[in-house]
Amino acid sequence: MAAAVTQGIGATAALSSANSNKFQFTTRRSLSERKGSSFVIRSDGNPRVDLNQHSNRTRQLVTNAVSTKPDSASASTVSKPGHELLLFEALREGLEEEMDRDPHVCVIGEDVGHYGGSYKVTKGLADKYGDLRVLDTPIAENSFTGMAIGAAMTGLRPVVEGMNMGFLLLAFNQISNNCGMLHYTSGGQFKIPVVIRGPGGVGRQLGAEHSQRLESYFQSIPGIQMVACSTAYNAKGLMKAAIRSENPVILFEHVLLYNLKERIPDEEYVLNLEEAEMVRPGEHVTILTYSRMRYHVMQAAKTLVNKGYDPEVIDIRSLKPFDLYTIGNSVKKTHRVIIVEECMRTGGIGASLTASINENFHDYLDAPIVCLSSQDVPTPYAASLEEWTVVQPAQIVAAVEQLCQ
Amino acid sequence: MAIWFSRSRKIAHFLKPKIAPSEFLYKICSNYANSSSFRTLGGENCRNPQVFSDYSTTILAFRRRWWRPESTRAGEQVETPYSDDDYEDENQALDFPGGRVTFTPEMKFISEASDKRIPCYRVLGDDGHPISGSRYEQVDKETAVKMYKSMVILQIMDNIFYEAQRQGRISFYLTSLGEEAINIATAAALTLDDVILPQYREPGILLWRGFTLQEFANQCFGNNADYGKGRQMPIHYGSNKHNFFTISSPIATQLPQAAGVAYSLKMDKKEACVVAFTGDGGTSEGDFHAGLNFAAVLEAPVLFICRNNGWAISTPTSEQFRSDGVVVKGQAYGIRSIRVDGNDALAVYSTIRAAREMVIREQKPILVEALSYRVGHHSTSDDSTKYRPINEIEYWKTARNPLARFQKWVHKNGWWTDDDESELRGSIRKQLLTAIQVAEKTEKPPLAEMFSDVYSHLPSNLHEQEKSLRETIKRHRQDYPTDVPV
Repeated sequence: MAAAVTQGIGATAALSSANSNKFQFTTRRSLSERKGSSFVIRSDGNPRVDLNQHSNRTRQLVTNAVSTKPDSASASTVSKPGHELLLFEALREGLEEEMDRDPHVCVIGEDVGHYGGSYKVTKGLADKYGDLRVLDTPIAENSFTGMAIGAAMTGLRPVVEGMNMGFLLLAFNQISNNCGMLHYTSGGQFKIPVVIRGPGGVGRQLGAEHSQRLESYFQSIPGIQMVACSTAYNAKGLMKAAIRSENPVILFEHVLLYNLKERIPDEEYVLNLEEAEMVRPGEHVTILTYSRMRYHVMQAAKTLVNKGYDPEVIDIRSLKPFDLYTIGNSVKKTHRVIIVEECMRTGGIGASLTASINENFHDYLDAPIVCLSSQDVPTPYAASLEEWTVVQPAQIVAAVEQLCQ
Repeated sequence: MAIWFSRSRKIAHFLKPKIAPSEFLYKICSNYANSSSFRTLGGENCRNPQVFSDYSTTILAFRRRWWRPESTRAGEQVETPYSDDDYEDENQALDFPGGRVTFTPEMKFISEASDKRIPCYRVLGDDGHPISGSRYEQVDKETAVKMYKSMVILQIMDNIFYEAQRQGRISFYLTSLGEEAINIATAAALTLDDVILPQYREPGILLWRGFTLQEFANQCFGNNADYGKGRQMPIHYGSNKHNFFTISSPIATQLPQAAGVAYSLKMDKKEACVVAFTGDGGTSEGDFHAGLNFAAVLEAPVLFICRNNGWAISTPTSEQFRSDGVVVKGQAYGIRSIRVDGNDALAVYSTIRAAREMVIREQKPILVEALSYRVGHHSTSDDSTKYRPINEIEYWKTARNPLARFQKWVHKNGWWTDDDESELRGSIRKQLLTAIQVAEKTEKPPLAEMFSDVYSHLPSNLHEQEKSLRETIKRHRQDYPTDVPV
């Protein structure tokens, strides 16, 4: 162990003087920059953005919560051809770039070091940054989450990997009582810029305990932010944004999305944590979704288009807080909302989102909000049953057809 | 051992087909054992050059050790790198993940309790004289006087704030009566750079580090000058400039965090350690196990101090654990530990000094169990006479009082007089009463502080909620407390 530690320190020392020249490009994305002061979104959907007109902070790539041009939030507008990679590699790229940029960023989790992580998100990082910055821990989720909090309170920026989101239930005490609260109860003296990430969602026959949708349970914790990635592009961007955020952020990945291939830009980019993504603009109905369900929705959208419908698909991405600006504008346009989620019906993200939209945009709705979610059952192991616990494209098509009658 | 195992895991990956290390060794063993040439194998000859070419010398050394021929071949003793003192003659040894163990034909259960309890380190006798033969770190006059004064201030502060709660001026309080020596002597033995992760009965450390009586009062009253901005219960102090983490009510949650703070210090290569406290009750929490295990495995410079004061609200230690206190648990995690008389200021001081030095030099955790007694009630919400005899409380309050004992020692050295005592007590009492009055009159934090610091910047939903609350207050001004600024 002593050898490992020395190696770690050596690597850290080397890095603190290193200056990665690779990532000093600016992004071509035309989103206004924000220094980080507060912004205001009224419930009626009108943005009032405090654009901080400070210098040309081309190196500060944190973008505004509110996009002045909603459309540009969609597909990756790349200037160069970019490079192709899989989603888990995009996560790693984002992580690596941030670790290069800031020597305080470190990774903590089970098997993240030389094993490279159960889903290979941290592969190669231990060799590059040393055993200390990419830390393998014993099996104690509560412990290493607590450890990350302690480290964050003393200046580090840990990225905690839960091998499966479900295991983070063991860390609920630390996440709820300490992670979300200590910045507040200490009067702002201690901040906790941790990122807690891991795969969740229903996989292929992983069994009930490994198919948890923890966003339902965590959404109520004050003081944390939650985001869900769904493409290689937004995975990398959200990872970087989460690491740079001063708040604790929980990044939900999905077990079945790790091998998605996509072409992403070569230049550096950081996405906004509080922003939703317009996947497909439309006129007839707003379909709100996130993570894996986005793909089921898009599949359903194809069928719907053939049938003559024009659905607007929004990947909400930010699970806490909701991007009510983007969502609101869409509701005002289409007047019909369908939420497609993987959470259980009771107490899921869809339930909160339904309440939120009803509260804020009631007058704009022509019909009650339809929420398609999983049943309130533990996820069965049998493949056929598992398939029917998850919302399928056919159901989405049927729901749209019924809603738009 | 751990290094070997982690490397062997890597090496196992090289080999095809992939097999687990223990399996691997065992396979080789059985192969060779069946070979007729076994008994000529020992030392170097057992290696298959191709297989082992990738191994480090550590592995080679292990293989050699492992191939020491056993007593099954009587008389066929091939020279080994080991001396026979390493195991008993009849015993054989086997490599398992985690290292080598000898095995024995005797089925012997390790007893759940040893005959004698671990003794506790003590320096001062009840009469204030150092016990003959005791070895301890010398404390100079200035430090000793400051220590004693701080213990007195802590005691008075506790009494006065407790009274204030009883008078309804603050909502809650929790005393450290009986544990002043643990508080102050520990603080004196540390430096300002050592990060403290308290449970909640360690305000003496803040006191030592310069937290003023006014600052204590402000937190208890939750006013605008409180560093916590009035968000936490009384006694949940926190001050980053004093390297004192904000207290969080759930028990033992700070123990896993200690490894993280130590990790941070390690990265910065600071000449400092982390000091994490818990009580006897806290050692039952899962976080205790997790925190200590982590610190040991990750070689974190953490000094775990367990204040074993005999009671966890109404649960005595006999109902909390069945082990010999907490000190014996250290070894279970591979952590060096010591038991000390927590009411003996000099013993605590010497112990923490030594422990801190070891923790930083060796970058390993240490566990200190400080035996003491919780003289006060658990908190102002508790009446301990309901579950323990009053004469027991009185006994510990008087005959075993840590202040009295230390005072005798300081007095004997000619460093403290009775006049000093009464003057100090009178002055502190006055200061405290003033501090309370000032704190009481200070404004409470404004409404905006209810919503700030939840996130680094105020998000839209909270802004909405704040707006909504302000509107409600405007409409019903008479129902809103007048002493809270909007």
